[in-house]
Amino acid sequence: MVDPTDIAAEVTATLRSERVRLVAHLVRVTGELELAEDCVQDAAAAALVSWERDGVPHNPAAWLTTTARNRAIDHHRRRVAEARRLVRADDVRRPDEWADPERGTDPVDPLRLLYMCCHPALPMAGRVALTLKTVAGLSTLEIARAFLVSEDTMRRRLSRSRDKIRDAGISFRLPEPHRLRQRTADVMAVVYLTFNEGYSRTVRGHVRDDLVADALMLADLLVELLPDDAEVHGLRALLCLQASRQWSRVGPDGVPITMEEQDRTTWDGELIRQGLDSLALAQRLSGASPGPYRLQAEIAACHATAPSAGATDWIRIVDLYELLARVQPSPIIDLNRAIAIGFRDGPDAAIAQLATIQDVPGRATAHADFLRRAGRPDEALAMFRAALADASTDAEIQTIRRRIAGLLT
Amino acid sequence: MRYLMFVVEDPARTDEDRSAAPEVEEFFDYVRAKGGWELAARLQPVESATTVRVQAGELLVTDGPFTESKEWIHGVAIFEAFDLDDAIEIASRNPHAYLGRIELRPIHSMGGLDD
Repeated sequence: MVDPTDIAAEVTATLRSERVRLVAHLVRVTGELELAEDCVQDAAAAALVSWERDGVPHNPAAWLTTTARNRAIDHHRRRVAEARRLVRADDVRRPDEWADPERGTDPVDPLRLLYMCCHPALPMAGRVALTLKTVAGLSTLEIARAFLVSEDTMRRRLSRSRDKIRDAGISFRLPEPHRLRQRTADVMAVVYLTFNEGYSRTVRGHVRDDLVADALMLADLLVELLPDDAEVHGLRALLCLQASRQWSRVGPDGVPITMEEQDRTTWDGELIRQGLDSLALAQRLSGASPGPYRLQAEIAACHATAPSAGATDWIRIVDLYELLARVQPSPIIDLNRAIAIGFRDGPDAAIAQLATIQDVPGRATAHADFLRRAGRPDEALAMFRAALADASTDAEIQTIRRRIAGLLT
Repeated sequence: MRYLMFVVEDPARTDEDRSAAPEVEEFFDYVRAKGGWELAARLQPVESATTVRVQAGELLVTDGPFTESKEWIHGVAIFEAFDLDDAIEIASRNPHAYLGRIELRPIHSMGGLDD
């Protein structure tokens, strides 16, 4: 008789490292996402009972695979029995074909699962939800909480996406070689969006914080599955470097703290080290043609390695934003470049630059802040007030209010 | 799986896109070689459309298409593809993917569980 707590820990540990491979394998076997997840869940429940009684098997992952596969076969047999009344038996695939004991799990299956869940024919919200559910193993309730919707809404979103996969004919397979780069970018976009959902609204103790950890987990998985892809390493580097500041960005009262004002000793050194390691790999793999994730990671690395806000290498950051604007033009990048120019050349340069760019969220706030730095408090105050009317996120509103309060005292 | 391909015009397409479009013959050579092409039809202009319905036992015939849109379907095709990625690949070689837009709709199949 083994201690049940140890068994539960063993099952959890095996699932943590093997779950995505198990689910992917079951998707290959059954052709169904939800059934695959259920079978893995059932196998884990069975393990709790069986391993306590008979001891932990020699190869826990293989035990879970076999058990999950047997669940799938049972399920299919039941369904075939029901289906026989409706269709000719020949039309239903025989479950014995699944049970081939020689067939182990295919190491590429988790990647196939990712490409499937992040397929561009699915709506973005569905891709994110499905990836978190199927690949990261979150419960429907956890995803619903993270995205501030009801469990029912999230359940419908997931089932609509699964239906689309089935009805539109999205297959469990790798993209054609000439589409691989784009499809990998689609997967990375889902991971980055997941990260930002958590990162941009950090509230200590809120379930959204987990999204940061989930996104990091997905980035680790991508690195494992696509070790030769420079941008995948760039993405992981970017996530690690940004996540290193996660807990320094918000004060105990929930008020956001700008990077300039953050206590750099609270940044997570381990995540910075991991981020810099990934960045080095991305640099080695992409050489002279850096992609957007690597470039953003380089910028994040400049901040992460600067001894103080004042000692930040703004010359290099402006150069990096210029490269980034070339490979991935966007008004947000223009805004960030203008801000970087302000820190390199002074507030007047930023104000001039900001006047030339498209109006995007955050532009008015940045403009107001450089007016403040330029010693033009009245104009700054008017601009902050205008920005407050357009501010959409809590963090932005609180920052602007704090600045207004500062200017009024 | 079988897919229906709708082709719509998109006046917003740039000359650059238009000039990048492959020749229609090139596309037909490709689908002929690939197989699975069942039907393709170019439609008369939308001005020729007629909408028909029977309402409260009465036949109603009206002039024009049933959708209120600035984009008109001007071609349809039905073809067999391995899966959606395969269908997307086929659609992406259609010159109308450069000149307009293409909608892919899977066709319901009658049959067993595995369809």
